[in-house]
Amino acid sequence: MKKLAFVAVLLTGALLLYGTKDFPAWGDPMAPAAQHLSPTYIEKGVEQTHVPNIVTAVLGDYRGYDTMFETVVIYCAGIVVIGALRGWREDE
Amino acid sequence: MTDDQDQLQTKAGTSGPIVEMAVRIMTPFIQLFGLYVIAHGHYSPGGGFQGGVILGSAYILLGIAFNQQIAMRYFSERVNNMLASGGALIYVGTGVVCALLGGLFLDYSALDRILHLGPIEWRSMGIFIVEVGVGLTVMSIMTSLFWDLGSGGELEKGL
Repeated sequence: MKKLAFVAVLLTGALLLYGTKDFPAWGDPMAPAAQHLSPTYIEKGVEQTHVPNIVTAVLGDYRGYDTMFETVVIYCAGIVVIGALRGWREDE
Repeated sequence: MTDDQDQLQTKAGTSGPIVEMAVRIMTPFIQLFGLYVIAHGHYSPGGGFQGGVILGSAYILLGIAFNQQIAMRYFSERVNNMLASGGALIYVGTGVVCALLGGLFLDYSALDRILHLGPIEWRSMGIFIVEVGVGLTVMSIMTSLFWDLGSGGELEKGL
């Protein structure tokens, strides 16, 4: 079973690495994200949100879903640790 | 008050009076700095995650310098759990309120229908509300992780 899991992990990793071949290069100015999204955020971010810090504007507003689920991930981590460790007292 | 101080002294760990005094002085400033980082995320590096970790570290510091019982007297487990859930709820709730008011989910400009500040100003305010929620969750979860991992889930004596 362990070997099977290892093979599955290797296969998934290889597949993901193969997928990165199609990504644009680092800092490529012709990449789709650098052509439409980034200029819009930089040019209109302050005007649209009145937040001088672009990072905060992107994190909190344009990418609100991402930040929401980041928070939920942290919450889940805490809940799981509580669930995994705190059952001990009841059993004794 | 004297009872409190007695307990502080008898229950204190091995960190010594210098460390304890230093921690007592530093804790409020660390918390103030955490609040500043959360509130000033609009203008400088910072925000909910960073500020929340700083706020949580104040309680972790209390737990290390004194012991877990004393740290938990200032921030009980019940309040901790409520704040952790409440923070996540503030974030999701803001999004749901925006959706109920006729905007998209997490489109803060819809909140303008409650209080007329202007849709763009509300986008800024919405980010702040959301950051407070993130800060609360991160603070409580960091503290709770330290308490649980430090005491093996028994919450009796920490590290």
